[in-house]
Amino acid sequence: MRRLIASVIVLAFVVGACSSGPGASAVPSGGAASFAADSTMAKIQANGKLVCGTKFDVIGFGFKNPTNNEVQGLDADLCRAVADRLGVTPEFVEAISANRLPFLTEDKVDIVASTMTVTEERKQEIDFSLVYYVAGQSLLVKKASDIKSVDDLGGKKVCSGEGSTSEKNVRKKAPDAELLLFKTYTEAGQALADARCDAVSTDDTILFGLAQNIPDTELRGGTFTEEPLGIGIKKGKDDFVTFINDTLQAMKADGRLKALYDKNVKPYTGKDVVAPF
Amino acid sequence: MDILFTQPLLGNSELFFEGYRNTLILAVGALLGASAIGIVGASLKVWGGTLLSPLAGAYVEFFRNTPLLVQLSFFAVLLAPANLGITGSPIVVGLIGLSIYTGAYVTEVIRAGILSVDPRQIETARSLGLSQVQALRLVVLPQAIRTVIPPLGNLAIALVKNTAIVSAIAATELLKVAGIIETRTASFDGYLAALVAYWTLTIPLAIFVDVSERRLGYSR
Repeated sequence: MRRLIASVIVLAFVVGACSSGPGASAVPSGGAASFAADSTMAKIQANGKLVCGTKFDVIGFGFKNPTNNEVQGLDADLCRAVADRLGVTPEFVEAISANRLPFLTEDKVDIVASTMTVTEERKQEIDFSLVYYVAGQSLLVKKASDIKSVDDLGGKKVCSGEGSTSEKNVRKKAPDAELLLFKTYTEAGQALADARCDAVSTDDTILFGLAQNIPDTELRGGTFTEEPLGIGIKKGKDDFVTFINDTLQAMKADGRLKALYDKNVKPYTGKDVVAPF
Repeated sequence: MDILFTQPLLGNSELFFEGYRNTLILAVGALLGASAIGIVGASLKVWGGTLLSPLAGAYVEFFRNTPLLVQLSFFAVLLAPANLGITGSPIVVGLIGLSIYTGAYVTEVIRAGILSVDPRQIETARSLGLSQVQALRLVVLPQAIRTVIPPLGNLAIALVKNTAIVSAIAATELLKVAGIIETRTASFDGYLAALVAYWTLTIPLAIFVDVSERRLGYSR
């Protein structure tokens, strides 16, 4: 028996030595898969952590719970799933609409899962995973407001997030509206509460959470855009895009993705979510 | 030159010029507002007597010694329709806030200008038969202006640069559009263009100050 163990150890060393040339496997931590040493995944494993940019103020997607400092929501859970599969710990960084692209291009984060819409313009700068959720832009107004849909926004003040697709969509659908752009949707929501603006317009997913916090508000007019959300990855990491897509596919296949939708999104929208890929 | 006409800028030129226009509105509007406040404030401080003079002094010391960003954030919420109900427009709040803030500095500069003229000159002018207003207009003002032009020029340049702070209360000015362009395109061209744009506003101002200083300094 002792001899068997010894020979296994020797064999392990020999195999290890043979494969430590160019393109060798990194030693994975825990039970995670191993990857070629120059792959993005191996680099992240060497760091021991996956730095993930999420929103901290969007209930259901990325929300830092003030009671336990835990980042909750679908985006956060997707980061955890990717980190799990790599065998590393996830580290969350607040990525607001205005800074999430630079965070990726400047290597401050590994991935961004921050209710980010996949657009052609952004595809020039970064890569995207499969679309994991299709949101739609809507309006949050005071219940007493006479705004019924996006057609009523002419001459009104509309709050939104700086650097979001929402801001561009409002410019397109309601060119006569005056836009007030804030860094976070919490600030935009506060401006609605103070009546500095007549409506907040962004993805319904974000508005559902805001509506919970601002009294006497409601969503109006349904959705007037389709916002396919994807995980953002810096360009030149094709291996990592494939890895994340494989993770999403696997999660869809074994029902984990459905469980995440039910846990994070359904309580606010009241609707069942089907993976859009 | 190529750097000014990059794709990120060309694709967002309309947005950029909206920001440029609003920065210009903020700068010019607040320059007029601050000048008006400064003239009134300085007059009150110098000739306001025991009641108005300390009041003007309190205004100066409050707004000159607190951060502009805090003042603007405070005004944005204070003037909001849900509170005082005066305005919800960040540009209007910015105009008011910048005028009041810069007006405090202008008050001090003009006051110093007035006091730089020996009061005996007014007495002399009066004894020569000029009215009080004539004495101020013909004797004090020309000398005071000469003293205050350089510091007022500095204040005007500082004001143009301070308009960037109004972006914090969601005004769509140069810094805001530069930020939007950065997030749309992940390029720094918007910031570079914004810096050049601020420069196009401050350099003519600096030249204007320089020229008027020399023109008014003829008698020295």
